[in-house]
Amino acid sequence: MTALAHLGGASPTTPAAPASDRRRRHRLLPYLLLLPGAAWLLVFFALPLLQLAAASLYDPAGSLSTGYAMTWAVGNYPDALQAYWPQFVRSFLYSAIALVLALLMGYPLAYAIAQKAGRWKNLLLVAVVAPMFTSFLVRTLAWKTILSDNGALVGLLRDVHLLGPDGRLLATPVAVVLGLTYNFLPFLVLPLYASLERLDPRLLEAASDLYASPLRAFGRVTLPLSMPGLIAGTLLFFIPATGDYINAELLGTPSEYMIGNVIDSAFLVRLDYPQGAALSFLLMAAILAIVFVYLRRAGTEEVL
Amino acid sequence: MRLRRWLADRWVMGVALLVLGYLTLPILVVAGLSFNRPTSRLSYDFNEFTLDNWARPCATADMCDAVVRSMEIGLIATVVSTVLGTLMAFALVRHGFRGRSGINGLIFLPMATPELVMGTSLLALFVAAGVPQGFWTIVIAHVMFCVSFVVVTVKARLAGMDRRLEEAAMDLYASEWQTFRRITLPLVLPGIVAAALLAFSLSFDDFIITNFNAGTTVTFPMYVWGAAQRGIPPQVNVIGTAMFVIALLLVGVSSLRGRRTRRAALAVIATPAGKP
Repeated sequence: MTALAHLGGASPTTPAAPASDRRRRHRLLPYLLLLPGAAWLLVFFALPLLQLAAASLYDPAGSLSTGYAMTWAVGNYPDALQAYWPQFVRSFLYSAIALVLALLMGYPLAYAIAQKAGRWKNLLLVAVVAPMFTSFLVRTLAWKTILSDNGALVGLLRDVHLLGPDGRLLATPVAVVLGLTYNFLPFLVLPLYASLERLDPRLLEAASDLYASPLRAFGRVTLPLSMPGLIAGTLLFFIPATGDYINAELLGTPSEYMIGNVIDSAFLVRLDYPQGAALSFLLMAAILAIVFVYLRRAGTEEVL
Repeated sequence: MRLRRWLADRWVMGVALLVLGYLTLPILVVAGLSFNRPTSRLSYDFNEFTLDNWARPCATADMCDAVVRSMEIGLIATVVSTVLGTLMAFALVRHGFRGRSGINGLIFLPMATPELVMGTSLLALFVAAGVPQGFWTIVIAHVMFCVSFVVVTVKARLAGMDRRLEEAAMDLYASEWQTFRRITLPLVLPGIVAAALLAFSLSFDDFIITNFNAGTTVTFPMYVWGAAQRGIPPQVNVIGTAMFVIALLLVGVSSLRGRRTRRAALAVIATPAGKP
């Protein structure tokens, strides 16, 4: 008994007790603080992913009403890919084009706010975030009005012969890519702004003192220093854009459908869980692979 | 030559303003359409000015039910995720412990996972566990994806905080609890408020994850999604515009308040010790 008491640490009567109690409390405290949140994420984020992995291997002949048997049907993956590879390719193609457009727009915007805006900085930042205060779906529907066949934009483009007399924007790939660019642009701009804001303008002055052209100064100073923000922003743009199906549904037609539209209908319309789960995992695997290669190429560990 | 210099200086700002225009245009359209009397339910074109939609925003009752439901879900999800996320942020910034990188990974992953995958995986879990889908499964899902954003936001605020203020309070014989209540909490509060606002807007606006976990429960985004097929009532644009205005006001107020709490905390430090 006494030996055990010794192992358990100081007995309550020793004067050292409060301090060691407090130290033990301090050692336990971080775990207590983490416990509820971590448990929530384990049960409702990690566990569901395992369940989805299991569902992707269920017998494809089953149904929601009769139940699914676990048959380790690995064939679900090649089957799903074969049936829907055009939608897969389209998802990545559209988000890649949207990403390029977003970079062309977002970099100057982030740079201007961070380096040129002066006292307007906060106001312009709010203007970047403000669109997100209105519902995503309502804003996307507003593009239907802007791009509509009898709208001013299409009229103008027809007048300058950029569009044929019957040319249209709505229900075309252009509308879907434009919607993707628009919806996820703030996610690209904010991290980019954060890293450009830390850029010391004196570095650029130094570069120009040393006879670097503005272009060269950008390539050798600004761009490398904004890399962490650029990488984080690119990922924050690309990941949700690839998984999005709202833009394709509201601004496109079935011939613009992305993989998200297929997954949505697999789960909610066709109730084909094994196929939907396999497609979800293929999407995630493809995104993870791209992210991994990209991070390797970009050669930085500092993300987010 | 001078023109070229001037242009070189200004073109970045010019492009930036054009891009801001691109970002703002749909909001102006939403605001404009909130005053529109459409020719038909499926028409998205501006037809005729009217104040009817603003006078009777709940003319389509099921839309207003959906808005109220979204607010209830948003409030519950905000409170729960803000508490859980703030506790985690404190643990991560203020304590060294084993398994920290694992926890960081667990917090980072939901932000890097496509919403679609989170939505479908939760659906698979709820169906496999036989949990009926509805209000509470939506709340669970929203707390799940909001927690990470809360942690990141509060963490940023905590990490940028001057530890010397707390040390000063302790030197002046404030107890641990007093220091936390009078110094730490007021200083972190703007970060927590920002995190809560972010969580609410993420929850209120979420469509993809909700769509997979709602059963027959209809939130505002789900109402809009359904109505997009049947025809959008113009009141949807009233809600969109009102949300925008309210959010702008909240941002204004919280940034003012942030400045005031920071000043209050400095005042506490400056006042003589021993008088809590």
